[in-house]
Amino acid sequence: MSTTIVISIIMTILIAATPILLASLGELVVEKSGVLNLGVEGMMLCGAVCGFGATVATGSLLAGFLAAMAAGVATAMIFAFLTLTLSANQVATGLALTIFGVGVSSLIGKPFVGRTVGRLEPLLPAALSDHPVLRVVFGYDILVYGAIALTAATAWFLTSTRPGLILRAVGESDSSAHAIGYPVIAIRAAAVAFGGAMAGLAGAYFSLALTPMWADRLTAGRGWIALALVVFASWKPGRLLLGAWLFGAVATFELQAKAMGATWLAPEFLAMLPYLATVVVLTLISMRRAGAEGSAPACLGKPFATA
Amino acid sequence: MSRKTVRNRVTDLKGNKMTRMIDRRTILAGAAAGAALPLAARDAHAQAPMNVGFVYVGPIGDHGYTYTHDQGRLALQKALGDKIKTNFVENVAEGPDSERVIRQLAQAGNKLIFATSFGFMQPTAKVAKQFPNTYFEHATGYMRDKNLATYNARFYEGRAVIGTIAGLMSKSGKAGYVASFPIPEVVMGINAFTLAARKINPNFETKVIWASTWYDPAKEADAAKALIDQGCDMITQHTDSAAPLQAAEQRGVFAFGQASDMKNFAPKAHLTAIVDDWSQYYIDRTKLALDGKWVTGDVWGGLKEGMVKLAPYNDAMTPQARAAADKIQADIISGAVHPITGPVKDNKGAERLKAGEKATDEALNKMDWYVEGVQA
Repeated sequence: MSTTIVISIIMTILIAATPILLASLGELVVEKSGVLNLGVEGMMLCGAVCGFGATVATGSLLAGFLAAMAAGVATAMIFAFLTLTLSANQVATGLALTIFGVGVSSLIGKPFVGRTVGRLEPLLPAALSDHPVLRVVFGYDILVYGAIALTAATAWFLTSTRPGLILRAVGESDSSAHAIGYPVIAIRAAAVAFGGAMAGLAGAYFSLALTPMWADRLTAGRGWIALALVVFASWKPGRLLLGAWLFGAVATFELQAKAMGATWLAPEFLAMLPYLATVVVLTLISMRRAGAEGSAPACLGKPFATA
Repeated sequence: MSRKTVRNRVTDLKGNKMTRMIDRRTILAGAAAGAALPLAARDAHAQAPMNVGFVYVGPIGDHGYTYTHDQGRLALQKALGDKIKTNFVENVAEGPDSERVIRQLAQAGNKLIFATSFGFMQPTAKVAKQFPNTYFEHATGYMRDKNLATYNARFYEGRAVIGTIAGLMSKSGKAGYVASFPIPEVVMGINAFTLAARKINPNFETKVIWASTWYDPAKEADAAKALIDQGCDMITQHTDSAAPLQAAEQRGVFAFGQASDMKNFAPKAHLTAIVDDWSQYYIDRTKLALDGKWVTGDVWGGLKEGMVKLAPYNDAMTPQARAAADKIQADIISGAVHPITGPVKDNKGAERLKAGEKATDEALNKMDWYVEGVQA
């Protein structure tokens, strides 16, 4: 295997991991606050289509990514209103949000089908980003670096800042947090908004960077992988990064193995690998004791209503 | 949302197109109102337009398979004007849900119904039995009845044309093929492509990646990149999104569009595309139904019938490649060349077709082996 191919594989893994990492970082913060939002896929699609539309309209990628985050927040606020204000069931509402996102993105996207925009280019000058070897470190767009930096920032926020501690307190024991005077609903709404912004950004990474176009269901189920990844990482941002790279690696291995001529490996077997990995990890996680380190926030998915 | 509605395009007396949205539950009432609308103001001699229904598996916004069927519907509406009114339901899941949709279209008074995906076969056959006075047409299937016809396109003929172009334009002699699933439809395409390329360059190789999906743009793009990494300088695909073309454009290699002209997505890379064109078939069959001359049948049309076409060539194509592409198209149309003609060996060395022997339609529809030069 030549160096070129190894470098290309590493780059494909890091790029493929980026949108999943962005979306799952958002969802991790949401779940840490005690809310389970299964609508990641729907929010990603809204972000993808609004980001693409804004870029088509203005010609600016920055406007596209900002519009995508705004669309993600707007979609997330529907969820926040239903589950936090009206105390609706979070699982049902999240699933509805995904179905809603699929439909509404398809509707908004009608005029954009068959069009394309210039893709997000690597951050650094071509001397570095196109260098045959150095590109493995310097050849990415700003969001690949940004997603890694955000992972570190989120880890720091959750473990080493006072707001992070409050957020976790709300997720672990909402009534205690409420008793000592924290606005549980407002904190959770802020977390859900952050999750929406990140999902919107992840969606726009598809429509503006990976495959610069709009087509119905563009994200093809990556939102669900992002959700699984949060559990996989046992709610720790650092493990989220490793998990996203692992998923990227398994997916890329499948394609590269076929391209290299590993025809003895059945395509069905390779296609099964990411799911097999998920089943194994979920099994391992379920073997842990409740309340042990790395288990779910205690109030995850439970509605909070002030009596 | 789109799953639950039917967009109903009606042309009023002045020829203005009106678009209305109807919930599936009210489709009966909706279709009746739609039919009554143009009637109300018309003279007593005019007849009510015949309703023609379409059932789509995907969204019309896929810019691929379903999009081309919808283009056929629009052409039909345009050609026959106020003699007919077309209705469609998109994003219909294959299986039980489709039976309900097809039955509702029949109940709503659609005289002719086109079910455009393989998975609608059993439901269509079942509903056809219940509505003996309605004509049904099912794409890509094999179940027929007195009032149920089938139709399909010989996409593999188009693949022979792009294989010829790839054979002439490729420097590395390797093509990458982003494929969906190893079903006969896909396998015959891979074989037709490779045989045509090997007629030009006997050492030509086709590397296949099974994406195990019809539609996942990010995965299709990654598959194309993996193939380019392995030295392929021609990318072709049997999946539905334009993502492999974008990957080819980004990496500076050539590629071919799928189902519709995808030049927009890759102005430099897109050499040509295999374009599905169902318009003429829909117009012909609907005219027969209007005249009461519709009979069941099985049509498998290709380049000759105009069901499969090639998109305009890219300027980057050499004169030699253009001439060769035009010639093989002409030869397939005239019947002088069959894309899969012996001698053909499979990629394990066994002889599959003797010299001069042509693959029969039956053999094509069962094809589960790859010709020499295919890595799959």
